[in-house]
Amino acid sequence: MTVPALSVQGLTTHFFTRAGVVKAVDGVSFDLAQGEIMGLVGESGSGKTVTGFSLLGLVDPPGRIVEGSIKLNGTELTTLSGSALRARRGREISMIFQDPIATLNPLLTIGQQMQLAIAAHERLGKRAALARCTELLTQVGIPSAEARLRAYPHEFSGGMRQRVAIAIALLHRPAVLVADEPTTALDVSIQAQILLQMRELAAETGTAMIWISHDLAVVSSLATKLAVMYAGKIVEQGPTAALLRDPRHPYTAGLIASLPAMTTPGTPLTQIRGTTPSLLSLPPGCPFAPRCDKQTEACVQKPAMTLDGPRGWRCFHPVGQTAGAPT
Amino acid sequence: MLGFIIQRFIQAVGVMAVMSVIVFFGVYAIGNPIDIVIPPDATQEIRLEAIRRLGLDRPLYEQYFTFLANLLQGDLGRSFVYNMPVLELIGGRLPATLELVLISVISATVLGVSLGIYAGYRPDSWVSKTIMAVSVLGFSVPSFWVGLILILFFAVHLGWLPAGGRGDTVMIWGVAWSFPTLNGLSHIALPAVNLALFKLAMMIRLARAGTREIMLTDTIKFARAAGLSEATILRRHLLKLISIPIITVFGLELGSTLAFAVVTETIFSWPGVGKLIIDSIAVLDRPVMVAYLILVAFLFVTINFVIDLVFALIDPRVRDGASA
Ligand SMILES: Nc1ncnc2c1ncn2[C@@H]1O[C@H](COP(=O)(O)OP(=O)(O)OP(=O)(O)O)[C@@H](O)[C@H]1O
Ligand SMILES: [Mg+2]
Repeated sequence: MTVPALSVQGLTTHFFTRAGVVKAVDGVSFDLAQGEIMGLVGESGSGKTVTGFSLLGLVDPPGRIVEGSIKLNGTELTTLSGSALRARRGREISMIFQDPIATLNPLLTIGQQMQLAIAAHERLGKRAALARCTELLTQVGIPSAEARLRAYPHEFSGGMRQRVAIAIALLHRPAVLVADEPTTALDVSIQAQILLQMRELAAETGTAMIWISHDLAVVSSLATKLAVMYAGKIVEQGPTAALLRDPRHPYTAGLIASLPAMTTPGTPLTQIRGTTPSLLSLPPGCPFAPRCDKQTEACVQKPAMTLDGPRGWRCFHPVGQTAGAPT
Repeated sequence: MLGFIIQRFIQAVGVMAVMSVIVFFGVYAIGNPIDIVIPPDATQEIRLEAIRRLGLDRPLYEQYFTFLANLLQGDLGRSFVYNMPVLELIGGRLPATLELVLISVISATVLGVSLGIYAGYRPDSWVSKTIMAVSVLGFSVPSFWVGLILILFFAVHLGWLPAGGRGDTVMIWGVAWSFPTLNGLSHIALPAVNLALFKLAMMIRLARAGTREIMLTDTIKFARAAGLSEATILRRHLLKLISIPIITVFGLELGSTLAFAVVTETIFSWPGVGKLIIDSIAVLDRPVMVAYLILVAFLFVTINFVIDLVFALIDPRVRDGASA
């Protein structure tokens, strides 16, 4: 068996705030094979971004990884020293963010920013570095790349800036790229283009991706498997097609039912009632129970992950199945 | 870039023109200098003669145009009191103020920005907390009081530094400077510290706030995600991003301190322009007041102009926005 590019077990990240402990990520586990694209979906505040930051060791105080293991190409990251972790960031695991306008430094040229990212890990001659930058920019779809190296971020459109950010993140051909809603701020047509290119890039380079989004429709067009997050936990995971066709967790079912494409035109969209619970005061059992139609007394317990082949869910009353409740 | 420079230059000239009108008529609205220049017991004849000699008998607008024409030739008139060209008078005093102010503003900025960045980068360390406590002190203690304490402690009590005056000077470009001599430097020390304290506190606050804000942005997060070392992030990203507010305040401080270092110059009997203007206001020496205010306006306009250029050099958006 080959080692997965990334293997996360029981990842738990808490923020120790004045108001109390915010359990932003609470026991997240998943494996990511080489070149695989996993979609990480969930409502705003469910802990997707914090999960991404945790993987790179970039959680700012008062937050901290309190438990769990992150193995990148077999190396445990959570016990690494700061400098050893830094040496892996950008080289073996990278991340891109939602707002391409905010990620690039407006005062440095694209070329300068790419050079800094190269120099962080390798001593390359000027010409070799230039060639690498040009190659990456071309790969992410930026025309006349060599000339554009001298341009500043404000001379690019939002979509182009995001491509530049992607190029920077891929400079060292990392094993894993965490993409935190990189297309949310862009037009639908540009979003589609980038999604397509990313899928090709992943296939070409073997870079595995975690594609974070609150939009199930966007990720499902890209990802081979999905993980649905709710209040810091993965409540359901599995291959994209199976999960969309046949969701087990009522929350996943609710998300799917609220997709426009999944319903007959003209009928009103269904919505999940209620709002995300505060992470400061989660109900003792299943965090989704207060919003769930299938809630019973059993739900005051924390549901464990029920595994079924590549699929898994945390629910006592999985949709379309009668079994599963503890006796 | 050239378009940008020309545009800013025209703006600067416009501001100067408006300032010359405001200053000239503003100053002429206050008091009659004749009563001060001429002894009260002078005859009517001497009085009229003096008025004619000083050009005070002609209509105001004519006086203004004469003033303007002379100004453009670099002639700012003669002091009523010292009876010498105003430019020479102010020029003789300006180096003293210039060296004092430059030394204090530059050192306050360099030190303040370094301390502020440290305090913003490690907000929770005790060193940062100490820095911030000192900066609160720098803000809340009145400058004249600090000046007196400095004199009492370092000059009177310890006797390490002189209490006032410029000390030994060296002639450079035909004017006297204190900073090249050790004795001169020892004279600059106390007034420079006095002037710098408030600015130091301000620069610390400014740099700390900027650093904290910038370090939380996605730009820094992204640089970290790319594996850049903290030293590189501070040097290449933070310093550049933070320079914009710092340079703005630096320019404003430089201008206002050059113009209004009066309190410190008085306490340390530093023979700069601040003392000169206070004396001139007291005796209504109009040409000196007018020339001084025009010079101050010129100074501000020049500093602003230079700062705009520096901005354009640092920030490509300014460069493009202005020439487009
Ligand atoms: N610095 C912090 N201090 C305290 N709580 C934090 C901090 N950063 C994040 N959190 C909390 O962690 C939880 C998860 O946040 P996260 O940003 O991961 O959500 P998300 O799923 O990415 O949402 P979105 O779709 O809005 O980006 C939120 O409830 C948030 O309040
Ligand atoms: Mg997020």
